[in-house]
Amino acid sequence: MILVFVSAALMAVDHRQNYLENVRGAISVLVYPLQYLVNLPVSASSWIGENLSSRETLLEENARLKMQHTLFKARLLKLNAIKAENLRLRELLQSSKKVGEQVLIGELLAVDLEPFTRQIVINKGSRDGVYLGQPLIGAEGVMGQIVHLGPLSATAMLITDANHAIPVQLNRSGLRAIAVGTGAPDQLSIPYLPISTDIVEGDLLVSSGLGGRFPPDYPVAVVSHVEKDPTQPYAVIHAIPTAKLERSREVLLVWPAGRQRQADAAEEAAPASAEAAPP
Amino acid sequence: MSIGQHHGGGVIVLSFIIALALHMLALPDWAEPLRPDWLVLVLVYWCIAIPERVGVIIGWLAGLLLDVASGALLGQNALTLAIVAYLALRLHQRIRVFPLWQQSVSVMLLVTLHLMLALWIKGIIGQSIETWIYWLPALSSLFAWPLVYLTLRHLRREYRVR
Repeated sequence: MILVFVSAALMAVDHRQNYLENVRGAISVLVYPLQYLVNLPVSASSWIGENLSSRETLLEENARLKMQHTLFKARLLKLNAIKAENLRLRELLQSSKKVGEQVLIGELLAVDLEPFTRQIVINKGSRDGVYLGQPLIGAEGVMGQIVHLGPLSATAMLITDANHAIPVQLNRSGLRAIAVGTGAPDQLSIPYLPISTDIVEGDLLVSSGLGGRFPPDYPVAVVSHVEKDPTQPYAVIHAIPTAKLERSREVLLVWPAGRQRQADAAEEAAPASAEAAPP
Repeated sequence: MSIGQHHGGGVIVLSFIIALALHMLALPDWAEPLRPDWLVLVLVYWCIAIPERVGVIIGWLAGLLLDVASGALLGQNALTLAIVAYLALRLHQRIRVFPLWQQSVSVMLLVTLHLMLALWIKGIIGQSIETWIYWLPALSSLFAWPLVYLTLRHLRREYRVR
């Protein structure tokens, strides 16, 4: 009977406040070895696969990656010039927006969580400087944010979770909206846009950075379905996340430039981390 | 708690750890909704086998670990597993003498209760689930029970857990 009350109290506090994050973090240390163990067969099989792949495939892959590397490097050269130009222009305009962000690569643990939620576990925790609410980015777009934090591991909610919403902006017109998760693995919905809105299938949605949680201008989703029923006040709009949410093995943890709300304090805002490097 | 009376605590702890690991094991998408509630099965087994050692408090602690491991609301599984353990304790003398298939059915009812309580809690915090797939673990637990029962009974006799 007492335990029932304790559980009810725990749930109420956990749902409403963040006091219990420390408790959860402490218990997660107990659970982490188990998660590591469960993940072991998966990582072992990929390791074996890498080691057993033939010389030819390796050479082929090597050549392909080299080519890609050269290509990206060439693009980066241009990017640096553009970045410098952008900075110069911003200085001319006396705007204080910073472009650079610090990142850290985290690896997914192949661990299943609560069914019907879209959450993942990564192998970086508060020891690596990860903080609650930190945005998570894949190679193709925004993936989610950290919701539970332990010293060694962290749980992140994906943008497709039914409890998740992210402020976005239409890349074409700059229109602001909210992209809400649906619980389905690859669908977001964009509610509360009037039917007169200028939005068509194929439009790219990027993060707007409003709310201060996600860094601006990262791709989030591509509009896949627009239904404008004249009898309804709002259009029904669906979008597909650009990030490969169900397939990525690595994620990028991002420290946004203006983490402490003042864009000028960006340098101090990024926590020191050995692996962190400018993108 | 003297050594003479209690025996084989390690087996109990190990069985709970394995059950927890089975909960976290990554399964392909089609098999995920079919995952039996291993922790409930193991808990119910120990509750009806040695009710004087495993009970509500162990169930509560196991549930708390599951909460953290699965990212659920802290206390959700703790509550449901404590209630399941309580019922298993109340009914242990009856369930014990049932034939295996009848045991499976009663265990399925307990798993259904566990799922229903979890559904209520999720409904209260606004994560309602509206699909029949949610109830599949009850069915798979029905088929997993004989396996769990026979394995754990063998282990209990082998290591004389009392």
